[in-house]
Amino acid sequence: MRGTPGQTVGPFFRYGLEVEGGGLLVSPGSPGAIRLSGTVYDGSGAAIPDALVEIWQADGAGVIPTAEGSFHRDGTFTGFGRVHVTDAGEYEFWTVLPDADFIAVIVFARGLMDRLHSRIYLPGRSDAFLESLDPAERATLVAIETGDGLRHDLRLQGENETVFLAYP
Amino acid sequence: MTETTQATISAEIAALHSDYDKRRAAGMPPLDSPLVDFAPYRSSVLRHPTKNPKLVDPESIELASPAFGHRDVAAVESDLTVQHAGEPLGERMVVTGRVLDGEGRPVRHQLVEVWQANASGRYIHQRDQHPAPLDPNFTGAGRCITDADGRYSFTTIKPGAYPWKNHVNAWRPAHIHFSVFGSAFTQRLVTQMYFPVDPLFPLDPIYQSIPDQAARDRLVAAYDHDLSSPEWSLGYRWDIVLTGPRATWIEPEGSDA
Repeated sequence: MRGTPGQTVGPFFRYGLEVEGGGLLVSPGSPGAIRLSGTVYDGSGAAIPDALVEIWQADGAGVIPTAEGSFHRDGTFTGFGRVHVTDAGEYEFWTVLPDADFIAVIVFARGLMDRLHSRIYLPGRSDAFLESLDPAERATLVAIETGDGLRHDLRLQGENETVFLAYP
Repeated sequence: MTETTQATISAEIAALHSDYDKRRAAGMPPLDSPLVDFAPYRSSVLRHPTKNPKLVDPESIELASPAFGHRDVAAVESDLTVQHAGEPLGERMVVTGRVLDGEGRPVRHQLVEVWQANASGRYIHQRDQHPAPLDPNFTGAGRCITDADGRYSFTTIKPGAYPWKNHVNAWRPAHIHFSVFGSAFTQRLVTQMYFPVDPLFPLDPIYQSIPDQAARDRLVAAYDHDLSSPEWSLGYRWDIVLTGPRATWIEPEGSDA
């Protein structure tokens, strides 16, 4: 069967995709908690104020969560987060460092025709795919260590455009 | 930019479609997705990647999917007509269908989210300020979990067409936004469902961003009289197919499918 085409998330998605505490995979300040944040930029270098970012990751032991409750976590680590960016284009999650090379990420935005898949690689981790990229491309996929976690910007277009992914 | 006419937009759409048709005639396989570089949708110009996506074999995390269940979604959230004290205005309807993978297998117990304008074509969103009435009895957001057959069902009202400022006199065909999870994160889909024979289809840069007619048709629900209920509601059927890689499917024992 042929796939259903995607469409832009549109301008008015906030109330349709709102998740209370969507960025809190763990409680800030809990043991091992890190802040994962960044800014979503357009091709002119301006921050995009109406984007949505989703992450999906393994836990601190490298285990892929299978428990329900990705919206009502109730203390369970479910590995999924969703946040609307701020007016300054900033996203922020509180999560744990997975025992894995990367965190999977999807970005949606008004004006973006279809969702974009990418990866946020942890500093110091790599795999064959990351090594296959040239240094400038690679740099767009690797998070930067900060005092309390990781920082990773997403650039939809332009210089240092983030490497986005397609799956065979 | 606000002076751009529908004729200009329509001519741009025609040129991009003609280019697609030529590439198809030259042997390119059909495209099941929108063109990301589609300037008739003006807001897209600075927001689409200019480089081709990198083809990569998915890793195990990408072949799995976040899990949702009835802890996440209450049953009542699938009825958008009962969220307030009174009944919303508009044409009551049921929209139902199945979420399937590329082999036609149901995507079971997964999350489907919808949001839409009210019967007047007005979104409750703060930034939608066009002079159509809000309906105090309609928010326009719903969620459900697919059943063991991959089936979802929503009760709602038919949304109206709504004006947007892409160009002068720009109107979106009536649609419901859908957000769907598959059995793999690679299958994540956000899209829009439309209604049969909408006269706005040829004019709409968002619908027309999908250059393939057969693919566009797959976003249009079918009116199904068997889903309509006497003196109550109309029925529409729309299946969603999530292609793309997924974790290896284990064939149930005794199945020869």
